[in-house]
Amino acid sequence: MRDVPSVLILAGGLSHEREISLRSGSRVACALTDSGCRVRVRDIDAELWDVLGEPGEPGPQVVWPLLHGSSGEDGAIRDVLELGGSRYVGSGPEACRLAWDKSIAKSVARRAGLRVPDAVALPHGVFRELGAQTVLTALVRRFGLPLVIKPARGGSALGVTVVHRVGELSRAMVSCYSYGEVAVVERWVEGVEVAVSVVDTGSGPVALPPVEIVADDGIYGYDARYNAGMTEFFCPARLTRDSGAEVASAGITAHRAFGLRHLSRSDLIVDRRGAVWFLEVNVAPGMTETSLFPQSVDASDQDTGPLYRRLVEAAIQGAG
Amino acid sequence: MPDPTRTSLPTIDEISLGTSGAGPSDLQAPPALARGSRLDPWVEAYSDRAGQLTTSAIRALFAVASRPEVVSLAGGMPDLSVLPLDLVGQTLGRLVAERGTTALQYGPGQADPVLREQILQVMRPLQVEADADRIVVTTGSQQALDLITRIFVDPGDVVVAEAPSYVGALGVFRSFQADVVHVPLDHDGLVPEELERTLTRLRADGRTVKFLYTVPNHHNPAGVTLSADRRPQVVDIARKHGVLVVEDDPYGLLGFDGPPLPALQSLDPAGVVHLGSFSKTFSPGVRVGWALAPRAVRDKLVLALESAILCPSSFSQMAVSAYLSEHDWAGQIDSFRSMYRRRRDATLQALAELVPQASWTCPAGGFYVWLTLPEGLDAQAMLPRAVTRRVAYVPGSGFYADDRGHRHLRISYCFPSPERIREGVRRLAGVIESEQEMLDTFSPGSGPSRSGGPGSGGR
Repeated sequence: MRDVPSVLILAGGLSHEREISLRSGSRVACALTDSGCRVRVRDIDAELWDVLGEPGEPGPQVVWPLLHGSSGEDGAIRDVLELGGSRYVGSGPEACRLAWDKSIAKSVARRAGLRVPDAVALPHGVFRELGAQTVLTALVRRFGLPLVIKPARGGSALGVTVVHRVGELSRAMVSCYSYGEVAVVERWVEGVEVAVSVVDTGSGPVALPPVEIVADDGIYGYDARYNAGMTEFFCPARLTRDSGAEVASAGITAHRAFGLRHLSRSDLIVDRRGAVWFLEVNVAPGMTETSLFPQSVDASDQDTGPLYRRLVEAAIQGAG
Repeated sequence: MPDPTRTSLPTIDEISLGTSGAGPSDLQAPPALARGSRLDPWVEAYSDRAGQLTTSAIRALFAVASRPEVVSLAGGMPDLSVLPLDLVGQTLGRLVAERGTTALQYGPGQADPVLREQILQVMRPLQVEADADRIVVTTGSQQALDLITRIFVDPGDVVVAEAPSYVGALGVFRSFQADVVHVPLDHDGLVPEELERTLTRLRADGRTVKFLYTVPNHHNPAGVTLSADRRPQVVDIARKHGVLVVEDDPYGLLGFDGPPLPALQSLDPAGVVHLGSFSKTFSPGVRVGWALAPRAVRDKLVLALESAILCPSSFSQMAVSAYLSEHDWAGQIDSFRSMYRRRRDATLQALAELVPQASWTCPAGGFYVWLTLPEGLDAQAMLPRAVTRRVAYVPGSGFYADDRGHRHLRISYCFPSPERIREGVRRLAGVIESEQEMLDTFSPGSGPSRSGGPGSGGR
């Protein structure tokens, strides 16, 4: 291996989360540069193929796709990287596809033995064909209130609403379908919101200290995520010994069950009885100044730069 | 309930606990931290004003507008492709080569006297007659707006503004903790009777109104122009109530139908601060705007400007001055006007053909069409759908200081070609149709769809 790894970070893209991706990309680029890597950051476009394999000139040793949202997390860009024979940081296309769609991810997680809130996945056509009020009534009967409505595919809490009153349901559904074709309607689990990040630099997945999230207005929505100061984070999370172990265990279980590689972040709820509920797992966790993954790295007594470099080296060596 | 024991649990070695006392061999709960982290150690130290400065999901969605796949009807960027860039380049080269020690040096706070005289020439079609000494050159007219607000507004003071109003002005007012009170406008601009009523009510309520903020020509975002009849009425009402008028006029010279109407400033030089800009008639990159103000206000503005930035950029001012001296700037404005007229026409034609269910304003100049969606549609909630369909606009709610404007959106026709505008409107039409369908589905009283049956999903 060359002494100075060359890394191409892909950031931007055309998803609703482009802005976050650009911020993640620039943050990881700084950390990798500080730890001695040669880094370029670029968007995805028609010239990407040329950049990956410029003739007569060595391409990057490794690509780190930091594209959030569709194409970044649905496996498509990773399929493209595999077609071009590029090594890359992060999970393969199939694992991404399983994790990206929340309705599929729930089944995978449940089969792996994780506790998953009861939920249904509904394309908007169902409401049109069966009558919205009938379906909404059935949803409230099954899940009670509050309940959670979220796009089946998407991140950064975009299009997510916690519905407390029947009168808010229709608007929440319309808002959700503005982001995507399928909505997941889920039972609300009251408890402590926790994220556990997992890294694997070649010797097996390791759970980093979990982050506990306390949003000022109780909802860890977009504003609470990306405006420093609107949310209080505890890292490590204030959990009992048993819950702490179960949270870490859930992160690793999810990482394995989905066949994830190098890094992941699972979002969980620890309910009042200390039971851990799996909400989703992210194959391209946010890496911005306010994101959860870097906070976990900091709390594990590591610097992000060296850890990111180890992930890059694991990708170059085909490990992890 | 799923059985968590069905899968093999990770070993202790796989779990790296936190640093607050617990190590891998000690699986005790870490000691509770009294306070968590807010990721910004200075979060408690920010001023109340800074609390207004936040990012939002809507703001983030605009990030895609810069991608070539997206037809952006969102931004207000002028199209500089019609500028004679080679000639401008020669002018700038000569400026540095021949007068570089002045152009690259600090300058006077109030700005270069030569440029101030030239600005008077530029304002002549607006029938503004004034002494160049009353002009303060600023870093774009946006800075003039900031300085005006800084010298007049204390937290809680009222600024009266049109409904809707320029989003950049609302941002300034918010950052100085002004209380913005909106006054309706219609196709002839600000409604004088409503202004009278509002100012009377505010006075009765004991509120302190510091100024009226208005964009009389080719309004951003509404696209309307204050009619000739209403201009003296607005000025008289403000004078009667002892309220200063801030006339923001970046688009005054970009009318499509004949010469501009007289500026409000020309009707009451003592009661109106006129803000102008070269951003739309030459270049926004040079960041040169100005305020023409009553003399005492001018003095305060200069002091406030010096306190903020010492002096405006000498280089930018001299660049603009050289451009005005050496080029046919009036002819250049004519080129801009005809380009924007074609784009306005393309927009209105595409809207008429493709979005008949909406209504919109017909601008006689400037950059913007203000569109009103069918009842029930929310332009802000619809924006993610638009981004998915690769078209961007600005939702109307951003142009109000209160919770209004959800049915509206702003279309900018200044930058895309007429063909791209048509494509953008075509995509927007699809977005509106899908959103309407969604709304119909979820409207109370809507039943299941019946194949072939009319009227399903009534609102």
